Amino acid sequence: MARITQLDVNGAKRRIDADADRTLLSVLRDDLDLTGTKYGCGEGQCAACTVLIDGQPTKSCLTKVGTVAGKRIVTIEGLAREAELHPVQQAFLDAEAMQCGWCTPGMILGAVGLLQRTPHPTDAEIVSGMNGHICRCGTYPRIVAAVREAAKKGGRA
Amino acid sequence: MISRRDFFAMLGGGIVVWMVDDADAQESGGGARRGMNQAMPEQVSAWLHIGEEGTVTAYTGKVEVGQNARTSLTQAVAEELRVPVASIRMIMGDTTLTPFDMGTFGSQTTPRMWPQMRKAAAAAREMLVDLAAQKWMVDRASIQVADGKVTAAGKSAGFGELTQGQKLTRTIPASEALTPAAQWKVAGTSVPKINGREMVTGAHKYAYDVKRPGMLYGKVLYPPQFGARLVSLDSSAAEQIPGVKVVRDTFQIGREGAGPDLVGVVAPDPQTADRALAALKAQWKPVTGATNSKDVYAHFKQTARGGAVESPGLVPYTVAYIAHTPLEPRAAVAEWDAGGKLTVWTGTQRPFGVKSELAQDLGIPEDHVQVLMPDTGSGYGGKHNGDAAVEAARLAKAVGKPVKRNWTREEELTWAYFRPGGLIEVAGKVTPDGTLTHWEFHNYNSGPSGLQTPYEVADKKEQVHQADSPLRQGSYRGLAGTANHFVRESYMDELAHSVKIDPLEFRLKNLKNERVRNVLMAAADKFGWKGRKKTAGHGFGLAAGMEKGGYIAAVAEVSVTAGAVKVLRVVQAFECGAVVNPEQLRNQVDGAVAMGLGGALFEQIEFADGKIQTNRLSRYRVPRFADMPVIETVLVDRKDLVSAGAGETPIMALAPAIGNAIFDATGQRLRSMPMAPKGLTGV
Ligand code: FES
Ligand code: FES
Repeated sequence: MARITQLDVNGAKRRIDADADRTLLSVLRDDLDLTGTKYGCGEGQCAACTVLIDGQPTKSCLTKVGTVAGKRIVTIEGLAREAELHPVQQAFLDAEAMQCGWCTPGMILGAVGLLQRTPHPTDAEIVSGMNGHICRCGTYPRIVAAVREAAKKGGRA
Repeated sequence: MISRRDFFAMLGGGIVVWMVDDADAQESGGGARRGMNQAMPEQVSAWLHIGEEGTVTAYTGKVEVGQNARTSLTQAVAEELRVPVASIRMIMGDTTLTPFDMGTFGSQTTPRMWPQMRKAAAAAREMLVDLAAQKWMVDRASIQVADGKVTAAGKSAGFGELTQGQKLTRTIPASEALTPAAQWKVAGTSVPKINGREMVTGAHKYAYDVKRPGMLYGKVLYPPQFGARLVSLDSSAAEQIPGVKVVRDTFQIGREGAGPDLVGVVAPDPQTADRALAALKAQWKPVTGATNSKDVYAHFKQTARGGAVESPGLVPYTVAYIAHTPLEPRAAVAEWDAGGKLTVWTGTQRPFGVKSELAQDLGIPEDHVQVLMPDTGSGYGGKHNGDAAVEAARLAKAVGKPVKRNWTREEELTWAYFRPGGLIEVAGKVTPDGTLTHWEFHNYNSGPSGLQTPYEVADKKEQVHQADSPLRQGSYRGLAGTANHFVRESYMDELAHSVKIDPLEFRLKNLKNERVRNVLMAAADKFGWKGRKKTAGHGFGLAAGMEKGGYIAAVAEVSVTAGAVKVLRVVQAFECGAVVNPEQLRNQVDGAVAMGLGGALFEQIEFADGKIQTNRLSRYRVPRFADMPVIETVLVDRKDLVSAGAGETPIMALAPAIGNAIFDATGQRLRSMPMAPKGLTGV
């Protein structure tokens, strides 16, 4: 079976040794200890496993690692610059847009992708853009508010 | 693994305050200063340590499952000890380091643990004042404690300086005096979530994320049907996969439905473990004749202990089984040391319960087990036991290495326990002027929580009938409160309409309880109930109730278009005594609306032939962004009343408010939860 030996994750070349058909989610979590990327369903229903691939929010549970070799992968651990949080992370904190926090990394990366496509979304666009993400604690209205605030502040993508 | 005794020895100098139950404190001379090496008293419910460097660490057996107990308990310490929130460490749910606790459920953290934390902190503060008074030889009354410092007449010292070199312990009774709510500075304010930053950066390690050196990955074979027995197992293909070990073991304590045998595989990585599990060839003795999700309500009545109550006037309502679906499924990592001691990291609402379960199942003394509970990816009453913990511990024992056992979503939706389904039959009589004169309420299987009507009625009978549950069932946010409120408040609406009285007026007419009245009126006012204007396809409904010291009312507006139900707006008023943290309370109340919407409209476990058919998120629909109404929450802050919990009661009034609004919109009375899993027909 084809093996993948290197991934570009959070701006660094990481050495791995994985079957090409393993999920990116498992390689990130189990091989690279990047456990900020969460499992929620394994079938594309919850988006807890969202990462950015060449800037696009992508469900890592449905992504074979063989298809992303050489692409730019950003996980939640790679979003903040040093001590400075990404504006979307800061907005989630400011809006208290979490309870248990399990959905939060995927939500934040989904929102980062949404704001890249649509820098000034209406509330309806936030709802439709984020509807693939599940928050079982039900913090949806706060997440909408956080994305709205992050959009207002603009900031880096 | 260190013992509790070692731990206290390691703490070194400083102040230790033990918070004990009153009776115990009296017996052991509570309130007295204790000697250097005084043994820890029995019945300790919390403790607090101020180190020689001034670090403040509080210890509680309560756990953080998203309800924000970590933040509110930290506020309790900050309030009484007069230190910034950021300088306090809160150790939670570690069965070695923290005192015994029954578990984090039933909305008990705020009414019980929160005041105890405050008392422990208040006692520590008074000890610091004593030390300063002695050291500086000044009057106690002239000493101030603020911002982590003790000051008097030009002198100032940090907490650590005052305790230098000594180890002071004190046991205090639960009756210690506290700062009144009206004077709170930190408590009662919206302190942000303590570890929010770890959550937005992905740094927080949940049980699912724990990794130990040399750790292997375990999977467990479950039967294809509930209760099916293993007849034969051919594991040769699995055993040939490099690195794989097949484990056969016996559970010591019953697992309803899962069979007595533990058959598992352990492998160096999760994919190999999956492959090995798939390579097991098992034969099962099938189970026949099990009931299904359609017939289960009749089944409840047929199996009711002591027989069912038959009476022509009773109107049947049903409530489906639903799944908690915590977004982080059950997970555990187990590790044995050379001396036969077991350490388990797991997400549970009852770490001490899981510790006992492990000791019992593995046949080892309780003091050989340590359970650690990292703040978990939610529970909602669904993580009370040690399913994953026991599996991980057994697998780890068999292979002599640490083993991780993370459940999949399918396992969580199939083998975890469910909120009970129920059949509830109700009857009532009302005079033409709207006075309730008779009330009869029979609950089959769903449980007693929230059973008693808050309305005045002379002639009433309210009964829970235990019945056979075909599915494994257990706690859920609000327990049966949701089922009982759904039926009571829907039926109250039926009665109001039967005598053509406004549903709000009808309720108030039969309601003396001031706290329920207050939330009902607050929600109706905020909603604009009196001035509501009906348009085609729109409807309005309200409901109220009380449980666990919390008082809740909900008003909903819905639209029904071509059978599709959309909840447009929900106003809830909630009162739980003095508010501890307004922003986090709002978060809980709003979250309860979001979660409650699923059970109200579409969540249900479908099962037949011993199999759960709704075993994936693609088959079990939970609320999403697009389902959300506009949510407005009114918090009634009663500084004159003790604080009660808030995680559960706010879920109870939503479903009936929605059902009553659907009736208002369509004339259809929906008597089954979920009310519109596939939309409505005939509208
Ligand atoms: S885990 Fe990938 S979508 Fe749920
Ligand atoms: S905060 Fe718990 S799932 Fe979103």
